Amino acid sequence: MNGNGDRAPAVSLRGVSQVFTVRGGGRVAALDEIDLRVEPGEFVSLIGPSGCGKSTLLRVIGDLIRPIGGEVQVNGKPAHQARLDRDYGIVFQDAVLYDWRTVARNIGLPLEMLGWERERRSARVREMLELVELTGFEQHHPWQLSGGMQQRVAIARALSFSPALLLMDEPFGALDEMTRERLNNELLRIWERSKSTIVFVTHSIAEAVFLSTRVVVMSARPGRIVDVVDVGLPQPRMAETRVEPRFFELVKEVRELLHRGAPEVFEGPPADQPLPEAELLAAEEER
Amino acid sequence: MWEGYKAMGEALGLTWPFEVDDRTMPHLHQIFGQFFEPSRRNGPLLIGVLAGKALFTAREAATGFLLGGVTGFLLGIAFAHSRLLERGLLPYVVASQTIPILAIAPMVVVWLKAGWLSVAVISAYLTFFPVTINTLRGLKSVEPRSLELMRSYAASPWAVLWKLRVPAALPFIFAALKVSATASVVGAIIGELPSSIQDGLGGAILNFNQFYLSSPPSLWATNVVAALLGIAFFAVVAVAERLVVHRAPEHVA
Ligand SMILES: Nc1ncnc2c1ncn2[C@@H]1O[C@H](COP(=O)(O)OP(=O)(O)O)[C@@H](O)[C@H]1O
Ligand SMILES: [Mg+2]
Repeated sequence: MNGNGDRAPAVSLRGVSQVFTVRGGGRVAALDEIDLRVEPGEFVSLIGPSGCGKSTLLRVIGDLIRPIGGEVQVNGKPAHQARLDRDYGIVFQDAVLYDWRTVARNIGLPLEMLGWERERRSARVREMLELVELTGFEQHHPWQLSGGMQQRVAIARALSFSPALLLMDEPFGALDEMTRERLNNELLRIWERSKSTIVFVTHSIAEAVFLSTRVVVMSARPGRIVDVVDVGLPQPRMAETRVEPRFFELVKEVRELLHRGAPEVFEGPPADQPLPEAELLAAEEER
Repeated sequence: MWEGYKAMGEALGLTWPFEVDDRTMPHLHQIFGQFFEPSRRNGPLLIGVLAGKALFTAREAATGFLLGGVTGFLLGIAFAHSRLLERGLLPYVVASQTIPILAIAPMVVVWLKAGWLSVAVISAYLTFFPVTINTLRGLKSVEPRSLELMRSYAASPWAVLWKLRVPAALPFIFAALKVSATASVVGAIIGELPSSIQDGLGGAILNFNQFYLSSPPSLWATNVVAALLGIAFFAVVAVAERLVVHRAPEHVA
């Protein structure tokens, strides 16, 4: 595919299923037999109704959850090994910054974990600040920033060590439309320049179509892949892309697929927080 | 307030909760004036004597505070990392706090010999518990997402502890340290009693207690010094907290 056939896929999922046991003994089937292959350099979006397992799928790829069934490979190795090799950077829906660290030290956190020298670290952090247009805010603490700025810090942090794979979970979900479009453009710029692979979760159809080379449409729980849409809009994407007829056709196509996968009407922006209790259970298990 | 209550109590002839007169509540000017009276006939001024004793007690309390703080912190870390330890040991730690310090103190003195070190240990005994409980709570306060981020970096347990759990716990730990700071002073003063150490504030309190009828203000003056020492300890911790803890205002315990 695209001359990449001989390279290992960036992500390869085969028959991946996940069932959560919630407190009280209930079982929630989150993923059902997911097959997906993401080639290096692709920008793939996952879209689907709230609670269909998009975040779970991202966590499975990042080896933050081990699925009950199926095989997960990242960069041609088991997901677990890829995590140990720090092959991916992840951006959560909420920025997940450490309050006690300044902006600069939040961005430099993965570099610390990788054992970079102080000088090399601060040089890279400065680069990153420039990239996300936060120069001058390095000594601020996260709570002193707006939601959009916090999200940019989280993105800078994920990009700082140049991972080959970026996992992004609705990174712009909480932002206003203006900021969102600007960050969309920035993200594409970064993607083009770094030649990285991006797996991107969103609940915005337009965003998915605008950003992606392929859009993966998922059905309501348990999450299955309804269909995959090849976007094929010309690169690089620009503001004009959003008004092309082909763009609207694709948006319509994705919307129809979403409706096919959803038992009820797709409700738009979901309150996408998984059960906090269930989350705690998962965290406890890891200890 | 003191003088107001005293005036009111004397005017109304209050006998409840206690009879108010110059013996039970000396005038403030008497208490503070006492600082500048000789401590005994031809002796040095009381304030000088008390300052020396306060320094002595401060050393015991500071040692006890450090000892108790570090012990409490380490116990908290141990409990946070092992369910088994928490289940097995925490109940005993809690039980230990229900034993009155006055019952513990003589035993410590027997074990460690009377001296400022045994007093420090008694003070540490009063200090470590809140630190243990709050360290444990703070280490566990970490959000699941923050842990996932560390996991995505394949962070070692050591890195998770020092880069995530401990910084997240600091506001909790400092809340406990502020309680412990004053408790360590109380512990040191009480610890001096069974060791019959004369060089500290505890000794002074015991001494002035015996002469309370002849000179009530001396005991009150000593109490004022003890309170000031507690406040000073508290202030040191509060300043350290401001230097160390950088959290959103609503997070600071
Ligand atoms: N750690 C967990 N424990 C129990 N249930 C979970 C956990 N994480 C997610 N779930 C459940 O799995 C389903 C899919 O969740 P999620 O992947 O967050 O969906 P999405 O991101 O598509 O909205 C939801 O019903 C959610 O409540
Ligand atoms: Mg989600």
